[in-house]
Amino acid sequence: MSARDEILARVRGATADVVTTPADRAPTAVVEETSPGRAATLDLFAENVADYRAQVVRVAASGVAGAVADALRQQGCATAVLPTGLDPAWRGAATEVVRVLDEADVRVDAELDAVDAVVTAAAVGIAVTGTVVLDHAADQGRRALTLVPDVHVCVVRAGQVVHDVPEAVGRLRPEPGLARPLTWVSGPSATSDIELERVEGVHGPRTLVVVLVDEEV
Amino acid sequence: MSALARPGTDLRVALFATCFNDTMWPDTLKATVRLLERLGCTVEFPQAQTCCGQMLTNTGYGAKALPLVRRFVDVFEGYDAVVAPSGSCVGSVRHQHRGIVELAGDDRLASRVEHTVPKVLELSELLVDVLGVTDVGAWFPHRVTYHPTCHSLRMLRVGDRPLQLLRAVRGIDLVELPGATECCGFGGTFAMKNADVSVAMGSDKARAVVGTGAEVLVAGDNSCLAHIGGILGRQRAGVRHLHLAEVLASTEEDPA
Amino acid sequence: MTTTTPGPVQQTSLVFVGMPKFPTAAREALANTQQRRNLRHATHTIRDKRARVVAEVPEWEALRVAGAEAKDEALAHLGDYLEQLEASLTANGATVHWARDAAEANAIVLGIVRDQQVDEVVKVKSMATQEIELNEALEAAGVNAWETDLAELIVQLGHDRPSHILVPAIHRNRSEVRDIFRREMAAVGRPAPEDLTDEPARLAEAARLHLREKFLRAKVAVSGANFAVAETGTLVVVESEGNGRMCLTLPETLVTVVGIEKVLPRWDDLAPMLQLLPRSSTGERMNPYTTMWSGAHDGDGPQDVHVVLLDNGRSHVLADRVGRQALRCIRCSACLNVCPVYERTGGHAYGSVYPGPIGAVLNPQLRGTTSEVDKSLPYASSLCGACFDACPVRIDIPELLVELRGRVVEQEGRTAESAAMAAAAWVLSDPKRLAAAQRAATTAGRVIGGRTVRAVPGLGAWTDARDVPTPPTETFRQWWARERGQGSR
Ligand code: SF4
Repeated sequence: MSARDEILARVRGATADVVTTPADRAPTAVVEETSPGRAATLDLFAENVADYRAQVVRVAASGVAGAVADALRQQGCATAVLPTGLDPAWRGAATEVVRVLDEADVRVDAELDAVDAVVTAAAVGIAVTGTVVLDHAADQGRRALTLVPDVHVCVVRAGQVVHDVPEAVGRLRPEPGLARPLTWVSGPSATSDIELERVEGVHGPRTLVVVLVDEEV
Repeated sequence: MSALARPGTDLRVALFATCFNDTMWPDTLKATVRLLERLGCTVEFPQAQTCCGQMLTNTGYGAKALPLVRRFVDVFEGYDAVVAPSGSCVGSVRHQHRGIVELAGDDRLASRVEHTVPKVLELSELLVDVLGVTDVGAWFPHRVTYHPTCHSLRMLRVGDRPLQLLRAVRGIDLVELPGATECCGFGGTFAMKNADVSVAMGSDKARAVVGTGAEVLVAGDNSCLAHIGGILGRQRAGVRHLHLAEVLASTEEDPA
Repeated sequence: MTTTTPGPVQQTSLVFVGMPKFPTAAREALANTQQRRNLRHATHTIRDKRARVVAEVPEWEALRVAGAEAKDEALAHLGDYLEQLEASLTANGATVHWARDAAEANAIVLGIVRDQQVDEVVKVKSMATQEIELNEALEAAGVNAWETDLAELIVQLGHDRPSHILVPAIHRNRSEVRDIFRREMAAVGRPAPEDLTDEPARLAEAARLHLREKFLRAKVAVSGANFAVAETGTLVVVESEGNGRMCLTLPETLVTVVGIEKVLPRWDDLAPMLQLLPRSSTGERMNPYTTMWSGAHDGDGPQDVHVVLLDNGRSHVLADRVGRQALRCIRCSACLNVCPVYERTGGHAYGSVYPGPIGAVLNPQLRGTTSEVDKSLPYASSLCGACFDACPVRIDIPELLVELRGRVVEQEGRTAESAAMAAAAWVLSDPKRLAAAQRAATTAGRVIGGRTVRAVPGLGAWTDARDVPTPPTETFRQWWARERGQGSR
């Protein structure tokens, strides 16, 4: 018998007492904190992102390009890689302060090690946990882009911010056959492996700047 | 009506002595009787009782505990309330008796167990929940720290009931025990089978007790008290240990 | 009553063959005061952090129930969900392998590595690959397996064994880590900086530099997975440092070894899990990085993606109706951190990669109770219940421990203990016999009088450090009969 068939047979033998079927299961119980209102959710998002020692900049839509440029300048970056689908206005702003490489120009991931920063959009923000989720669409680029450079400037639009984790999971459900890789980022990389003392910045970007674009009123 | 009225009037309570207390710590049981009678209860001691079977069950001899469970139900099923001054034994009754009977496949006994075990209460549960008192009229002018034993805390979830009772004792100076919720390391046969770890845990607990400056360590389980007290005694720490029931029974006329 | 048929137990791996029983190993660990101090500090720190973030969630109990329910569903219909997972993964371009045991899993991984003609792999911390001792198997075949998690790196460079699920080097303090880095890094790659201090930030920086060249060079990575979603074929790795992202993203080939119990039925089940795991594990609202991938993603990350589904004793555990709940475990390590026994003995005494309360119930189930250590593990607990309260998927570890003690007793047959217990049961099942036995105690009490007992023959385990309570001169039963007569039944 193949290993596959044998394991499946063992598992079925081991669960021979079970009388239900998968179809009998009720929907997954959703346990989540309810939003006290949009403004509160956005404030909480900003607060929790900052609590994980990421930098948070809140701007109006018109201010994003300026915020991106400021962040790159303040971090002392000389080069930045940009995903192919990044908003042209943000790209323009970045071009003014750093030498810009396009995702397509850096074919070998190892070359990213020489690049200072990356600027991306995001897919979802989660207020309760201070998380940014990337689904690596064209405005976020392939995963290596937001991993190897040491500074990540990430633009999150207010409409992308949900209150708690279950809502985010709901929004990120993969479409059949079109699954995207997802990267959930909560603050910069960290370790507590030595005496449980938290150290920010190990392998991922050591600096995370989240630009939160508030909704127009 | 004052808090010291006799809230337990007419309640017929069976005392489940537990074999360990019966043999080793009769003073705790006498104090329990005194306390409950002072509060107006009629206390009965059904003499056919023996033991909850916990030692057998927890050591892996659950099947041998079946006759003990049967006896427990035979003896206690007719009472309104059964009380024991032991979180551990009450925990065993409420959380293990069903399983033992289920394993034996005795459906009739199972339904009798189901009917009986919810009526079995730890002393602080009976006082606070059934009699509705926290001030039991006790007097105990000493510096005291309280160790909540694991089975009271995590099996029975007695919460702060014992502390409510202690706070109401006249003259008491109740000091908080740091790391109170941590196990003392007794754990029944664990104290023998893993004596080194058990003593390491107990020594930390004893250190915490001594650190409070208390004269008396109080808990709701004599076995845990004997373990911590045994270490305190060996260290000649000069801290007494006393069961909660004895503190609550203590009065000016009859001090503990 | 339908009966289940258990799969075979796991072979005890080479590293852990011949481990002494728990009390013996524990005694040694207790004597190591430096380690005890390290452990106490670490477990208390993380315990407090966990308590704080759990208290932030008023619906924590409902979450635990939802988490347990998702895992129970997966386990109840594991055959169906495994087939569904295989189909989803395959549709997403992954190659699915099945491994009955450790040897088979290691051979599969080695085969993939050989196909890529490389002599090194980078590794993400994974309990499953530790369990099968993949590193040792690869090394025996001439392949270097580089651990990239900081703590695993410390353990690997120190030629040591992990002692905690989440923080494997929890038994080491900062200056020990600095010494290991200084001594060992140069032999396997970029040396530690000359002026390395014992500041955690400097040590982390040294690890970053040491590992970066390995990440950028590696062609093959090996990982485990925290969750595998049957419905969508999604694999999930929850981590903190970014070493996981490096391994999961940069190499061309990725092999993920997944225990069959890691399956989650639905995508939506990730919601409770991602709420429960970080708070229980590192005591954070969310861990810094989580990566989810579904097979190979066009133009992004490894294009040659393999998944090895591992049994290795799990189908044995699954057949036990009480014991199967242990397979709900999401390896958060909360039970270790709250355990008063683990806090004092550390992880090595448990003789397995799974230490602490979960190890005490999982190892004897996975491996059976024939070895000295596995036989002793069910007793390595005071049954204080702190583990159950902390467990995000509500595994009733105390109940399982008691159940497993019963199994050990049954297996051992007639022993001095079983004779004593049989005698106790005989005495305790009858009040007259009990009263007779009590008379012996009160006689002793009268002999001893008011003195303190410091030593009793045969009771050394107790009296070495504890005084013995003095038996009274009269039992309660006797007192009642004397005072109240036979008035009450
Ligand atoms: S048994 Fe529960 S608490 Fe322990 S590691 Fe597993 S999931 Fe976490």
